[in-house]
Amino acid sequence: MADTIHASIEEDRKFTLNFGPQHPAAHGVLRMIMDLDGEVVTRIDSHIGLLHRGTEKLLEYKTYLQGLPYFDRLDYCSPMNQEHAWCLAIEKLLGVEVPRRASLIRVMFSEIGRIMSHLLNIGTGVMDVGALTPITWCFEEREKLCGFYERASGSRMHAAYFRPGGVHQDLPQALIDDIATWCDFFPTAMERVESLVTENRIFKQRNVDIGVVDVKTIMEWGFSGVMVRGSGLTWDLRRSQPYECYDELDFKIPVGRNGDNYDRYVCRMEEMKESTKIIQQCIEILAKEGPGPVLPRDSKLSPPRRAEMKNSMEALIHHFKLYTEGFHVPEGECYAAVEAPKGEFGVYLVSDGTNKPYRAKIRAPGYPHLQAMDHLSKGHMLADVSAILGTLDIVFGEIDR
Amino acid sequence: MSIEALKDLAAHIEATQGDAVRASQIVVGELTLLAERDHIVRLLRFLRDDQQCNFETLVDICGVDYPERSDRFEVVYHLLSMRMNHRIRVRIRTDEETPVPSATVLWPAANWFEREAFDMYGIQFADHPDLRRILTDYGFEGYPLRKDFPLTGHYEVRYDDLEKRVVYEPVKLTQEYRNFDFLSPWEGMTSQIPGDEKAVSEEAPE
Repeated sequence: MADTIHASIEEDRKFTLNFGPQHPAAHGVLRMIMDLDGEVVTRIDSHIGLLHRGTEKLLEYKTYLQGLPYFDRLDYCSPMNQEHAWCLAIEKLLGVEVPRRASLIRVMFSEIGRIMSHLLNIGTGVMDVGALTPITWCFEEREKLCGFYERASGSRMHAAYFRPGGVHQDLPQALIDDIATWCDFFPTAMERVESLVTENRIFKQRNVDIGVVDVKTIMEWGFSGVMVRGSGLTWDLRRSQPYECYDELDFKIPVGRNGDNYDRYVCRMEEMKESTKIIQQCIEILAKEGPGPVLPRDSKLSPPRRAEMKNSMEALIHHFKLYTEGFHVPEGECYAAVEAPKGEFGVYLVSDGTNKPYRAKIRAPGYPHLQAMDHLSKGHMLADVSAILGTLDIVFGEIDR
Repeated sequence: MSIEALKDLAAHIEATQGDAVRASQIVVGELTLLAERDHIVRLLRFLRDDQQCNFETLVDICGVDYPERSDRFEVVYHLLSMRMNHRIRVRIRTDEETPVPSATVLWPAANWFEREAFDMYGIQFADHPDLRRILTDYGFEGYPLRKDFPLTGHYEVRYDDLEKRVVYEPVKLTQEYRNFDFLSPWEGMTSQIPGDEKAVSEEAPE
């Protein structure tokens, strides 16, 4: 009798828990089926695809320009970084040179996107482990950055600002000045967040030595971005395979030492400071070099000037053709990747020479990261799952596509 | 990575893995190997472990559909070497039935990428530990990224207020999806739209 009671208690410790798809700590629509032994996680089966919108299918039916706004909707925490990869892929096949000013503006807004993404991740990440104040401070700054997005593109989130060949419009000087002012203030705002979080005892108890990523895990599970740098590898596409004008900018690559949740948090914090420096350098160079074109002149990629269209029939036809038929991309295939805030965001583009992509595969950094969730959480406590999920920095827009 | 270095790398791979590699090409500064399906795991293992290649990171696996070919699918592997700082692409061909050897024995990360290729194209992978659908809905039928799968899909979902549940219904479009044929600029739309039949009968009375 006593034996059976004992056995049933042993059996009772094992149970299966359904986490999500609607859970504040799931950072979106993640459903995880967790096998638990008491409070210890033994297996996680992630169910994704609840936000699947068929982006890759839609891209095959749209012209290259019409496909661009879909990239804003992938990782919606840093929309322009995704557009960047799409533009780079198209430019690679077309062999187009991006004007200098456009390149600087792109870098500047990519870094603004990086800060936006990290602010959101840090804010919500520390909230997952119990700190309720930093998210309000982070979002206050993020709000200002959304304002910059709006002033550049007309939209706070889904910007559609980067275009194949450059950016849609030049920035007004007042906006550049405001970004410069913001850059001076931003490190102070971050110091405030750090003073609350970085040395906080509870935060350290929840994050140090949790979700440790070693080099073997990185290689086997296809990690990129902060997930790699948190473990001490200096791998950053901006440095190792530079695109745009990153090779002439001066910035450091913060790396962690232990590869745990805490190191990844510190890496993101430091990366934001480096991004601020990059933005400041871009502003300096923009001021020094003065105005210039932001789209290639006299090219099939850029629309004619409005004034020109009033007098020139050819300009009017060009405008009409550009926005209906679009431009044709030569036959071929290429892979273009950017260092997005969450890791390597790549686009594999197959063109058949028409005005629409034959195949566009989006390689989202969060996809392999989330896949490793089972591997990383095994043996951890249930409460650590949300902490690990927080520092993986996943967004379902890009994972589910 | 310079073109010369890529050429050297391609020559090295072709010299040692001649029977697995059909051809190699370097286009827009990217090295692509066209490989044999049956030897793919051996080739990938070589690319991962060889000192000169060292492609330790699996970046991506995806399918591409060419319905007019007899082997209609291509499976494309993207690899990266962080140590050597270079990339490579490997392409193989397969059809709807023939399974591709799974790369999960080399990289656990291949698991979800292959599940996605299976989900989107119906490409079969042999020895895959868990070949389930991943991105599409529970109970989904068909392979959405195939070229013969309609953009609109077959079923649409809505919440039925009377039945108090989500119902699935065949897609009903109030307007036909308009696919403009831009390759013959003077034709415009090639599909029939309402009213077209009148124009034909007036011009050519039978």
